[in-house]
Amino acid sequence: MLCDSCKERDAVVQVTQVTDPPVRQLNLCEKCAAERGIETHSAMPKQPLADFIQAVQQKQLLAGSESWRCTFCNSTLRDFRNTSRLGCAYCYGAFEVKLRDLLRGVHGTSKHQGKRYHPPAQAMEEGASVATELRTRLRRAVEQEQFEEAAKLRDQLKVME
Amino acid sequence: MTLDLSLLPDGGVNWLDASGDHSGIVLSTRVRLARNLEGFAFPGRARDGERLRILARVREAVESSPHLRRNLLVRVDELGSDDRLLLHERHLISKELAGLDQQHPVRSGAAVFLGDGIGVMVNEEDHLRLQTLRSGFNLADAFADMQRIDEELGERIPFAFHEEFGFLTSCPTNTGTGLRASALIHLPGLVLTKEINKTLAGLQQIGFTYRGLYGEGSEVVGNFFQISNQTTLGRSEEEIVDKLLQVLSTVIAREEEARRVLLRDAGYIIEDKLWRAYGTLRYARSLTFDEAMNFLSGVRLAVGLKLITGLSVYTLNKLLIFSQAAHLSHAEGRPLSESEANLARARYVRQALAAEVGT
Repeated sequence: MLCDSCKERDAVVQVTQVTDPPVRQLNLCEKCAAERGIETHSAMPKQPLADFIQAVQQKQLLAGSESWRCTFCNSTLRDFRNTSRLGCAYCYGAFEVKLRDLLRGVHGTSKHQGKRYHPPAQAMEEGASVATELRTRLRRAVEQEQFEEAAKLRDQLKVME
Repeated sequence: MTLDLSLLPDGGVNWLDASGDHSGIVLSTRVRLARNLEGFAFPGRARDGERLRILARVREAVESSPHLRRNLLVRVDELGSDDRLLLHERHLISKELAGLDQQHPVRSGAAVFLGDGIGVMVNEEDHLRLQTLRSGFNLADAFADMQRIDEELGERIPFAFHEEFGFLTSCPTNTGTGLRASALIHLPGLVLTKEINKTLAGLQQIGFTYRGLYGEGSEVVGNFFQISNQTTLGRSEEEIVDKLLQVLSTVIAREEEARRVLLRDAGYIIEDKLWRAYGTLRYARSLTFDEAMNFLSGVRLAVGLKLITGLSVYTLNKLLIFSQAAHLSHAEGRPLSESEANLARARYVRQALAAEVGT
C-alpha cells in the first residue's frame, strides 16, 4: 500500500487523524510519519524471530507457493515452512521474491550493508562450472518447453552472476 | 576417537581466566559468523558424502591459514555422547553440532577446529560457524580476531554471497552479515532490584535479545544472560559491534548502580542472603546443577561487592563450567547417575572453595 502523503513509498504505519474533523485513517511511509513526529519502528521489528516463525507457520508469506522447488537441492518452500531452514544457497534464487519479503519481515530490510565479498579466483572457475551446468539445464528446459523450470534456473543463474 | 583436551591451551577454557574488562560482571565475550560454501547443499540437506567433502575443503583451508593452522581438529561425529556433551558444556561447540538436540542428531562430517579462543565448527546448521571467545568484556579483540579468520578462510574457500542479501545462511535469521556478537553477563543486581524486565524489554526494542547460559533455546540460570544482536541484515558488522558495545556499557552501568542501591537500602538482608549462599556451597553434601548455579551467583555477587574476599573470579568461573554433569563424570572417569552427580558436584565445589580460601 502506498503512503497517503507522498504517494511514492510503501506505507508502514496506519494513523488515525483526529485533529481535523472528520476523523480519518492515514497510511504513511516511514519518512512522512517521521515528519509528523510519529515513530514507526518499522526498521526494527520488536520480536523479529518470533514474528518470522509465526509468519512462516501461518503461511502468510508462503501462501500459494508451497510447491515451489529449488532445482539445485530439490527442496520446496513447504520444506522450508516445516523446518525454518533453507536447503542451499540457490534456494535464495529459487524463492527470491518470497524470501525478500521474509527478510524484510525479519530484519526490517533485505539489503545487506556489511562486508562485500568476492570469492577467490580458483573458486570462480569452479563456480563457472556450476553455472555451465545450470545453463545446459536451462537450454534443455527451454527446448522441452518447461518454462516454469526454466524461469527458476534463470533465477539461480542470476544469483550466481 | 577419544577426546584429549589437554592438547588445547588451558583445555580450551582460558576464556574463563577473568583477565578482560569488567570480568566480575561479564564472564565472556563472543563473536560468531555463519558462512556457507558455494556449490554445496546446506548441512541439513546435504548427503553424508557431501558433508565429508565440505570438511575436507575446510581442513585444507584451515591448514594453510596462518591464524588457524595450529588449531586442533576434533571429529565430533566420531566422539561418544559424553565427550560431545563435555565440549558443549565448555562452550566450545553448539548443542546442534554436539548432536544433543533430539531434532538434530549428530551428523557425519560434524567437526570443530579448536584453538586459543578461536573455533571453527563445520557442518553445524551452516557449513561454517566461526567463533572467537574472549574473557571478560572484550568485544574489540574478539571482533578483530574474527575479521582475520573470516578473511583467511574466505580467500581459500568460496563463500555463498548474494549482492542484495549478503552472506547466505541456512536460516534467514542469520542472512546478511551472518554475525552474532554476544556477551555472557551476570546481572543479579538488576534481578534482585526487579529492574531486569525493564532492561531486557529495552534491549529488545533496539534490536538486541537475550538468551540463557548456553545460547539459543537455553534457560536463564544463575542470573547469567547472553545478550546479543537480534538482526544480522541492514547494518554493517562494525555498526552491530559498536551498538552492542554501547548497549553492554549501559547494562553494566545499570547493574553497578543496582548493586549500590542494594547495599544502601537492603544491606544486611543482602549480606545475609549472600553469606548463606556461600555457607551452603562450603558445606552442602549434595547440590543440583540449578542450586549450584544460584548459590554461585550469590557468591559471585558477594565477591563483586567485596563482602567476601580472598576468592578469585577465575575460581568462580571454573566452578560454573566444571560442576556440570559431563565434567563431573569426566573427572570421576565414569558415567554418574543424577544423585551421584549431585554428590560429586557438592564435593568438587567444597574442595575448590577450601583450596582457595583455606579451611
